[in-house]
Amino acid sequence: MSTSASPHDPVTPRAKDGRAPDVFVPDGWVPMRCHADTEEVDFAIVGAGAGGATLAARLAEKGFSVVCFDAGPYWRPLEDFASDELAQEMLYWTDPRITGGADPIALAGNNCGKGVGGSTVHFSMVSLRFRPEWFKSRSKLGYGYDWPVTYEEIAPYYDQAERALSISGPVKYPWGPPRGPYPYRPHEVNAPGLILGRAADRMGIKWCSTPLATVSAPHGKSPPCVYRGYCHYGCSTNAKQSALVVWAARAVKAGAEIRDMAMVGQVETSADGARATGVRYHREGEWRVQKARNVVVSGYAIETPRLLLNSATPKHPNGLANSSGCVGAYLTTQSGPGVWATFEEDIRWSKGPPNMAVTEHWNYTDEGKDFHGGYAFMSQGPLAREWGQNLATSRGLWGEDLQRGMADYNHTMGFVPVGEVEPRACNTVTLVDDEFDQYGLKIPKVTFSYSDNDKRLIEHSVKFMGHMLDAAGGRDQWRNDDTSHLLGTCRMGDDPRTSVVNADGRSWDIPNLWVCDGSLFATTGGVNPSLTIQALALRCADRIESLARRGEL
Amino acid sequence: MRDRYPDYDVADKRATPSWNDATRTALDQRLAVHPGPRFLDAAAFATLQALCGRILPQGERTHPVPLAAYVDEKLWLDKRAGFRNAELPPLREAWQRGLAALEAEAQRAYGRGFAALDPASQDALVGRMAAGGLHDPAWGDMPCALFFAERVMAEIPRAYYAHPSAWNEIGFGGPASPRGYVRLDFDKRDPWEAAEAQPGREAEARKANSRVGR
Ligand SMILES: Cc1cc2nc3c(=O)[nH]c(=O)nc-3n(C[C@H](O)[C@H](O)[C@H](O)COP(=O)(O)OP(=O)(O)OC[C@H]3O[C@@H](n4cnc5c(N)ncnc54)[C@H](O)[C@@H]3O)c2cc1C
Ligand code: SF4
Repeated sequence: MSTSASPHDPVTPRAKDGRAPDVFVPDGWVPMRCHADTEEVDFAIVGAGAGGATLAARLAEKGFSVVCFDAGPYWRPLEDFASDELAQEMLYWTDPRITGGADPIALAGNNCGKGVGGSTVHFSMVSLRFRPEWFKSRSKLGYGYDWPVTYEEIAPYYDQAERALSISGPVKYPWGPPRGPYPYRPHEVNAPGLILGRAADRMGIKWCSTPLATVSAPHGKSPPCVYRGYCHYGCSTNAKQSALVVWAARAVKAGAEIRDMAMVGQVETSADGARATGVRYHREGEWRVQKARNVVVSGYAIETPRLLLNSATPKHPNGLANSSGCVGAYLTTQSGPGVWATFEEDIRWSKGPPNMAVTEHWNYTDEGKDFHGGYAFMSQGPLAREWGQNLATSRGLWGEDLQRGMADYNHTMGFVPVGEVEPRACNTVTLVDDEFDQYGLKIPKVTFSYSDNDKRLIEHSVKFMGHMLDAAGGRDQWRNDDTSHLLGTCRMGDDPRTSVVNADGRSWDIPNLWVCDGSLFATTGGVNPSLTIQALALRCADRIESLARRGEL
Repeated sequence: MRDRYPDYDVADKRATPSWNDATRTALDQRLAVHPGPRFLDAAAFATLQALCGRILPQGERTHPVPLAAYVDEKLWLDKRAGFRNAELPPLREAWQRGLAALEAEAQRAYGRGFAALDPASQDALVGRMAAGGLHDPAWGDMPCALFFAERVMAEIPRAYYAHPSAWNEIGFGGPASPRGYVRLDFDKRDPWEAAEAQPGREAEARKANSRVGR
């Protein structure tokens, strides 16, 4: 076995001793500024995903000293990533968790990554903005909650994120406020996407090539997408504009330190409980403490509340930043029932990114709904193993039925929505008192059930997507149920009694403790969240800079 | 079943730009799986083999996908999914208990071990397990339908469709890095993709499939 082919032993950290992996060069390195544990840095950030890596890059670019921790490895995609579904399970967060409630959510690969870049290393790259009204959905649309920020405040950061990620999308996007063209030209739509287009044309609704965070032309050291379709298993060419390739690289260049294979077990607080003083983390077999003036938690919607709960002290017996009781509450996902059909044509949906065409019709149309909320839906492209699993577990096929179903693989297509889910206090992340992970930390339990409104939205989407498949000429339709993203467990708000942090992500209870990731979402809307997470992180960095200038940090 | 992609062998592409080093390493390791059992005892392994044969029957193939070996390897490594349903025990315990219970059910219904049953009786038991209709005390508090849905149906098909033989059967392109694909439209194939045989025109497909590795 040649050394360059051997998978990186994911226990030994790579980013240390003044250097970090160069994600663009096999076996390559870039210099990295490093800090001693005893040196009180301006920011310790927990998690180097969409929220954490973005914030780390921007804070470092503004001159703050930053150490960003990630529990997982620092990959070099060109040498580490196989073109294989099973081998790439190494990208997932697979530490033990319990899932329950009336509608238990499948975790791990379905929604959680582990490693520098976070879940964006294996995400689908769909990069959509919120409908403006969703930031004030209670006041403007009559359901859900208002965010403490407006679309107008976020819009410049959406622009900034789209430019930083070189989003490839249409010249004229059919929905939302008027906007200019996307930074990069749209990708050619693959056959599954053309089916969505054909159906939409026949039904008289709008559709377009999906704005995607994979480049349609070279950008920096990223080559254009080669349409290999393994996006859910890590992009081995670096076409994908993940937080690993974009933000982590920028962060290190600007002077941030990224510590891989470093699991944070507690946020440390002062004896009087008034301030965060640093983080306790596990790396290379031992527990250590990094001192910091500010701590930002960016571990995504399960690990962020888990860490705050696991950091309880006598001064904060219910966990940090939890005087509202909202840490771990209002967990939302997005519903993703699938409708599938078989076609005469050869489709070969494994080619190209999985979601090349989209319609946001039901995000921007309020008439004709028997539910609150919205959904977008996209064409799909699961690979062989993922599809085999779906036919087995969702359709219940086994034996020759399963083999017959799989024989139609190249002739199958389907739609899956990103459906808005109501934030409800009863959907939670809590700690399991008597079960511990490999670090001796209490494991999380995720409890989730759909509301009646959620179920009506799901049925509406299934019915509509079914009509679309009919219109496109699909036969033998069937449906399944699934979920996608995880959001909302440390929501932002205007009122300390009903939210964990303010509009800047600053916790109400401990002024130098912040949250910056998907857990901030007060509502989910009907689009994938990563662009909004990154826009919030970019805004947070600007806000921190102006607070620091005014001496209010 | 009709052979829709005759003579297509994804492994022919091993030395082409569709496979990178990391992919070659991963698939070499997959094909060299330990035959097992290393975790299960011989009796449980025999039950597992029989069960695999019903979930994904492989007839008289000369080189069947060693499904039970993959499941046993996963148990030996204790490679957990990263979450489990609140009603299920951890991975190893679930499989040990589930296989023992299936064996007990076979003894109870037919007076013989599961592996010794004819396929129809095996299928009948699997069907009852799927429908939640098995209640031998050996299941303990683990619902048989949940074991079937979350362990059996998750892990056996996942092992099968991670194997190149399964990709050949369904005309899946398999590894595609760094080359990827060029033709994305309907009814278009790149020369390194599987060709589907139209009835009566198998020879054409055979010829195209013999060239995917060029
Ligand atoms: C299969 C899949 C497809 C997706 N497709 C899309 C899409 O098309 N469009 C879209 O917008 N979104 C998509 N998403 C969702 C998107 O990737 C996430 O919403 C987003 O990455 C979340 O950002 P985050 O910063 O909150 O967390 P993450 O990006 O998950 O980052 C969290 C990081 O924190 C680390 N961490 C957690 N706890 C600790 C700790 N205690 N100590 C140290 N490190 C820790 C983790 O290792 C991880 O790297 C997809 C997700 C998946 C899984
Ligand atoms: S299809 Fe494009 S983005 Fe997806 S993995 Fe391949 S090169 Fe990367």
